[in-house]
Amino acid sequence: MTYIAKPKFHHPSLPKNALGYTHRDYEGKVSTLCAGCGHDSITASVIEACYELAIEPHRVAKISGIGCSSKTTDYFLNASHGFNSVHGRMPSVLTGANLANRDLIYLGVSGDGDSASIGFGQFAHSMRRGVNMTYIVENNGVYGLTKGQFSATADRGSKSKRGLTNNDNAIDMVAMALQLGATYVARAFSGDKTQLVPLIKGAIEHQGAAFIDVISPCVAFNNHAGSTKSFDYVREHNEAVNRLDFISGRAPIHVDYDPGTTQVVEQHDGSRLVLKKVSADYDANDRLGAMNFLGHHASKGQIVTGLIYVDSEPEDLHTHFNTVDKPLNALSEKELCPGSATLEKINAALR
Amino acid sequence: MSNKTPISSVNDFVVRFANVNGSGSASANELFARSVLRMGVPVSPRNIFPSNIQGLPTWYEVRITEAGHLGARGGVDLMVAMNPQTWDKDLAMIEPGGYLFYDSTKPMPSSKFRPDITVIGVPLTAICNREYTDPRQRQLFKNIMYVGALSALLDMDVKAIEQLISEQFKGKEKLFDANKNALHLGRDWALLNLECPIGLRVQRADKVGDRIFMEGNSAAALGAVYGGATVCAWYPITPSSSLADAFTSYCRRLRVDPETKKMNVAIVQGEDELASMGIVVGAAWNGARAFTATSGPGVSLMTEFLGLAYFAEIPAVLFNVQRAGPSTGMPTRTQQCDVISCAYASHGDTKHVLLFPEDPREAFEFGALSFDLADRLQTPIFVMLDLDIGMNHRLCRPLTWDDSRKYDRGKVMTAEMLDAGKEFGRYLDVDGDGIPYRTYPGTHPTKGAYFTRGTSRDRYARYTEEGAPYADNMQRLLRKFETAKDLVPRPLIANSDKPTRYGVIYYGSTAPAMDEANQALKTAGKNLDLLRVRAFPFHHTVEDFIADHDFVFVVEQNRDAQLRSLIVNECGIDPARLVPILHYDGTPITARFIAKSIGERLDALKVTPLRKVVS
Ligand SMILES: Cc1ncc(C[n+]2csc(CCOP(=O)(O)OP(=O)(O)O)c2C)c(N)n1
Ligand code: SF4
Ligand SMILES: [Mg+2]
Repeated sequence: MTYIAKPKFHHPSLPKNALGYTHRDYEGKVSTLCAGCGHDSITASVIEACYELAIEPHRVAKISGIGCSSKTTDYFLNASHGFNSVHGRMPSVLTGANLANRDLIYLGVSGDGDSASIGFGQFAHSMRRGVNMTYIVENNGVYGLTKGQFSATADRGSKSKRGLTNNDNAIDMVAMALQLGATYVARAFSGDKTQLVPLIKGAIEHQGAAFIDVISPCVAFNNHAGSTKSFDYVREHNEAVNRLDFISGRAPIHVDYDPGTTQVVEQHDGSRLVLKKVSADYDANDRLGAMNFLGHHASKGQIVTGLIYVDSEPEDLHTHFNTVDKPLNALSEKELCPGSATLEKINAALR
Repeated sequence: MSNKTPISSVNDFVVRFANVNGSGSASANELFARSVLRMGVPVSPRNIFPSNIQGLPTWYEVRITEAGHLGARGGVDLMVAMNPQTWDKDLAMIEPGGYLFYDSTKPMPSSKFRPDITVIGVPLTAICNREYTDPRQRQLFKNIMYVGALSALLDMDVKAIEQLISEQFKGKEKLFDANKNALHLGRDWALLNLECPIGLRVQRADKVGDRIFMEGNSAAALGAVYGGATVCAWYPITPSSSLADAFTSYCRRLRVDPETKKMNVAIVQGEDELASMGIVVGAAWNGARAFTATSGPGVSLMTEFLGLAYFAEIPAVLFNVQRAGPSTGMPTRTQQCDVISCAYASHGDTKHVLLFPEDPREAFEFGALSFDLADRLQTPIFVMLDLDIGMNHRLCRPLTWDDSRKYDRGKVMTAEMLDAGKEFGRYLDVDGDGIPYRTYPGTHPTKGAYFTRGTSRDRYARYTEEGAPYADNMQRLLRKFETAKDLVPRPLIANSDKPTRYGVIYYGSTAPAMDEANQALKTAGKNLDLLRVRAFPFHHTVEDFIADHDFVFVVEQNRDAQLRSLIVNECGIDPARLVPILHYDGTPITARFIAKSIGERLDALKVTPLRKVVS
């Protein structure tokens, strides 16, 4: 595949967001994925979310591992730096990048093979460290790029395209993220943009480790009968706990819903998430409750989607390290080098 | 008494302490070494320790050397045998005419001694049990007591020792008094009951000068502080852990913002070496100076990332404190055994820059320099220490820093440059040195963004699987490696004052032993020109040096003559011209070994000293 340029032509009447950017400014290269691949829908939602949030595209760093899913960072936000690193190691690369410059927005994109198999350890440790990022797993239950082997999120009993049955237990990335201390945990279906876009926006606004598991069918290798990650199966078994209908900044918000059916989550920076409840007694601030709820529904074969958990007072790695406010990559000799007089003292103490 | 004349020596002998790991002996032994230093006599101490925390044997060897020979000597003149488990082995190590110091509380049958050595018994346990009731105190003060006894036996200046104790317990008067008391208990007992001094004596001299006494790992860590490292990610492994530990404690002192008290650094203990290297790569990609510290097994885990960093051109610094391998090998013993694995770490056509410091001072210098090199060359830089330099205190010249020195952040295109219309192609060789410009993420709203990947791409970072752009890029990486030859520390050459057809190439921790061996060989009429390699890729002087000699010995501390292979491979040298001199049993190489090995080979070549050509 060679590089395909997208026409640069901007229609003068294209709508602009608060910063004056058009939708086009958030797009990337032309996707080289299979037509109909769920991952492309996620790309569209990422573009939409960034446009609506009016993020400066170049203030985002897009980091991924290896896989069809990980390639997608090239298909959105052309004006931001991207890093397609090595298989399963996006979390460490993102952690390092985040430490170097706390002022950028970090978007980590990975696959279920990338995050639940080879990179399971790095996924876990980035969650428990509370790296301030949006971590999206584009979950199709298979290794797309290496042509359809089962991944560790494939459900037990599900069938591969070649007719093999998966006998291993599935890893539920959402349950793992909850257990590991992620402070924003969501699941969505790539085919449901109205659900996914606000969840991505909420994750970007969240100042801690935000994790979104997006079920994203692989049309080439995992969209057949017997698969539990196909379009049909997911539509049938989707159990949304809430709809994150809008998220807002500090401006006063007007909620139309009945009081019992909404949950307003106020975040530390003053921004608010407004959740329309589908499941009336579901509380997105209750980590333990969420874990129970997930387990309960999984046993019934239901896929719980929505904003499953959010901590409105998240801490992040920089808080833990007590790093300076200025990005570490912007510090100079003045702040970093103790100089010769100090070295003289050090010498003296070593005699 | 000894049936052999007891060794008599002033300021030139080896004392070895045999202890049990975890018995608190380390600080007493170090106190002994430092006391000798304070008397103006150079020492060269070495830890010989097992890979466990408590209970196994451990040794501390102090070479007292007014002549300033800082390499290991081999052999022991005075054994302080505090570990019954290793008694026989320790006893066997003593040179004929040497001395044995032991705890004589329990009588030993004479069969347990050697007739050719002088045996000195001090009832340490008995004195301790009489003086102290707390078992922990008994153990700790026993150690200080033997230092006291040795001070009498070796005629040491007790004031120097007291001074060190008072510095150590500054502000803690009680502890100072207790330690001083224990010191004198041992000393007084020896003065009263033994013939002091013995044939070995420490005499005040003025041979230390302004030199400092420091571990290589601490020095390298301090180099990282001075070099501007802001992200450190590491995973514990002997013998490199103390480097990250030292960095952490230096940063607690030197990297705290004076106003906000916040940290100008982030230090992550990764979940493994893969993550540690990933964090370094991510941070460096994003414009921070980042490093990791590890040892051979850790480098193995990092290799996929190292290949990515080489190909995607990410600056990174890796301190490899080498230990004997393969696999877990001898985790607490020294070797120079990762030369090949680091030079070519990773898959595909990969080559890395290696620096070989000889001592803590160079560990500091190269440590700081490595960050400039990484940024300038946009590639991983390996600082190749080993356990011998890293974990032992070594006397070296004081560290210096030029306050006018600016960090070389390499070719970084800024928003201003982009606005001024400067062309940006991430892999475009604009200056002919193979080094392209990079931008930091977040630099400019519309210009300078690029996509980093380990997959092939063209000069503008656009994905391609075409053969020609791939080969073009690989060629440019070679040009960059060529450029590196002139940026890395040059080899140092020390020519013999008499013309000779023979040369020696050596590197890293072999240096002090090599210098000493060279003196011995010279005295025996065997003249050699010396070249100390300080970096890979090799500067052309290495090739010239080899061309100028009939034979060149390559002295190193590994089985496979790794540096020699690298020279043969990279410089296209006929292997027959490079004679390997290899030491790899896990102990540091000695001057005795080198002098003997080279001497024998020269004898076999029947060297007749060249008559000096009239010039
Ligand atoms: C170290 C290493 N091992 C194996 C591979 C081959 N590989 C590439 S992508 C991939 C699986 C990707 O699966 P997933 O993360 O689920 O992404 P998808 O393609 O399904 O989106 C594998 C095994 C590799 N690139 N690197
Ligand atoms: S193989 Fe599957 S995951 Fe990969 S692009 Fe095609 S549909 Fe998408
Ligand atoms: Mg997949």
